[in-house]
Amino acid sequence: MLSFVAQRVLKGVIVLLAIVVLNFFLIRLAPGDPAVVMAGEAGASDQVFVKQLREKFGLDKPLPEQLFIYVKGVATLDLGFSFRQQAPVSKLILERLPATLLLTLTAFAISLALGILFGTFAARFAGTWLDTAVTIFALIFYAMPIFWVALMGILLFSVTFDWLPSFGYDTVGGNYTGFAHVIDVAKHLIMPAMTLGLFFMATYTRMTRASMLEVKRLDFVKTARAKGLSDAVIQRRHVLRNALLPVVTLAGVHSGTLIGGAVITETVFAWPGIGRLMYDALLQRDYNLLLGVFVICSAMVLIFNLITDLVYRLVDPRIEFAS
Amino acid sequence: MKQFWKSMLRSPSGVIGLIILLFAIAVAVFGPMLFPNSPWRMVQRPFLPPFTLSTVPLGTDALGRDVFAGMIFGARVSLLVGLISTLVALIVGVPIGAMAGYFGGNVDDALMRFTEFFQTIPSFALAIVLVAILQPSIYSIVASIAVVSWPPVARLVRGEVLSLRTREYVQAAVVTGQSNTWIILREILPNALSPVIVLASLMVATAILLESSLSFLGLGDPNLISWGYMVGAGRTVIRQAWWITVFPGVAILISVLGLNLIGEGLNDALNPRLSREGR
Repeated sequence: MLSFVAQRVLKGVIVLLAIVVLNFFLIRLAPGDPAVVMAGEAGASDQVFVKQLREKFGLDKPLPEQLFIYVKGVATLDLGFSFRQQAPVSKLILERLPATLLLTLTAFAISLALGILFGTFAARFAGTWLDTAVTIFALIFYAMPIFWVALMGILLFSVTFDWLPSFGYDTVGGNYTGFAHVIDVAKHLIMPAMTLGLFFMATYTRMTRASMLEVKRLDFVKTARAKGLSDAVIQRRHVLRNALLPVVTLAGVHSGTLIGGAVITETVFAWPGIGRLMYDALLQRDYNLLLGVFVICSAMVLIFNLITDLVYRLVDPRIEFAS
Repeated sequence: MKQFWKSMLRSPSGVIGLIILLFAIAVAVFGPMLFPNSPWRMVQRPFLPPFTLSTVPLGTDALGRDVFAGMIFGARVSLLVGLISTLVALIVGVPIGAMAGYFGGNVDDALMRFTEFFQTIPSFALAIVLVAILQPSIYSIVASIAVVSWPPVARLVRGEVLSLRTREYVQAAVVTGQSNTWIILREILPNALSPVIVLASLMVATAILLESSLSFLGLGDPNLISWGYMVGAGRTVIRQAWWITVFPGVAILISVLGLNLIGEGLNDALNPRLSREGR
């Protein structure tokens, strides 16, 4: 198990390194001489300053050396400086990371819980109108663009009914403390998390349903039934447990999509996470910040994949030693 | 072929999906001829609510532009970007998958590591970065969607080729001294086609969603109106004018739904064994 973890971590580090190298070349592809762009962003574009910047960031050195400097920088969490925001990129990202983690993890939990629930339900009543209804709902949610779901949520729950706040992380000037603050944040979290979660909920519903129906036909379920176990016990202990394996795999595959969805959701709801930061960087064409967020997003996906891999080993002991 | 259409038309989701797609294609092709109103031109007062004037049935946006005209012209962009980027992704993914599966060994290892690398990168974030760096245009959008969507194709094709390679008829072709290219193109790929077609139909749907998300964030082609752009533009005035965001979103929803349904219908028609297992 330990060697498996080490192997996976090593692989992750290699992939991350490759992403950092890719990132380096993407920065070079960005329009404009980086030093001139930086000088312009800092508000002074005389020749001396540009030359200084070029020396400071090693832009006068040959490309391989520049690459080495860049990789070394990323390894020590130095992702460059954002002249637009007048702060180091890594500091900006670290400030925003907790909000994104709160949003994505809540959305993930909601989508997995509801998806498994609805999927089990649909499989239990397979072929009836209940099954059809769940399937149609899942299909529709699966086809809705996230930004549109977000706006429709605002239209319905903020504009029409005035139940939930439509933007932000907490009430501006609310000055809530302790438990009242938690409630305030939770109120702001409901809509973004549901928006982000619905799309994935649809996926998990379909996956759970298909997987349950497949496992149901296997021999060990017949054996369990022959032993005289009750239907509920068979469903819960025998079918669901085995049917969840592909769902776990899917959750790992989807972590990248989850981050992408967070960019959109945070933009619409003005949620102060790294997705929103990416959108701001995009609007201002702040390439250092944009690519910094990109590297961190990739790292998050790698970590998430590693975790799902480990969970997969835990829930399915059959393959623990196979690799 | 006849058999295929028969089973496709027997699956309800396939039929509904086909009807939706044909309708969307008809709108994209003939719509602009029937409604020559340019979607960029101011035709009425701003914020005209829908269903008040028959000439602008879905109202106008913040600049007095016809929402209905925008939806009709937007269909072109969405379908075109969806189809072409999927096509490009297939052009990249199929050869990589076929070579990996056919040659195996080190070639397979190298190509699959390469594919996995692209699969780990968060796709939407990469698409944003690529379009931002290459500057938004229809070409950069198609290119970046293709870049993020080819890996599943390569993996699928590799798997298919891997199992087909050991079949007797392929071995026979090897023995008769056919070239590798000929064997891959004429013997193996035609038999690996059906799952690729199913995947491609779902990829068009995903590509439409991706394009609309990019346009929504302001990364659309500035010269072409698209549904995502319209929703993005209406976003700030959603409290005064709900129709500007609602209608284009419905258009996206219906087209994506149609393509997903076609994917299901195709799956039932092309892999009858698989779909029966799913029940």
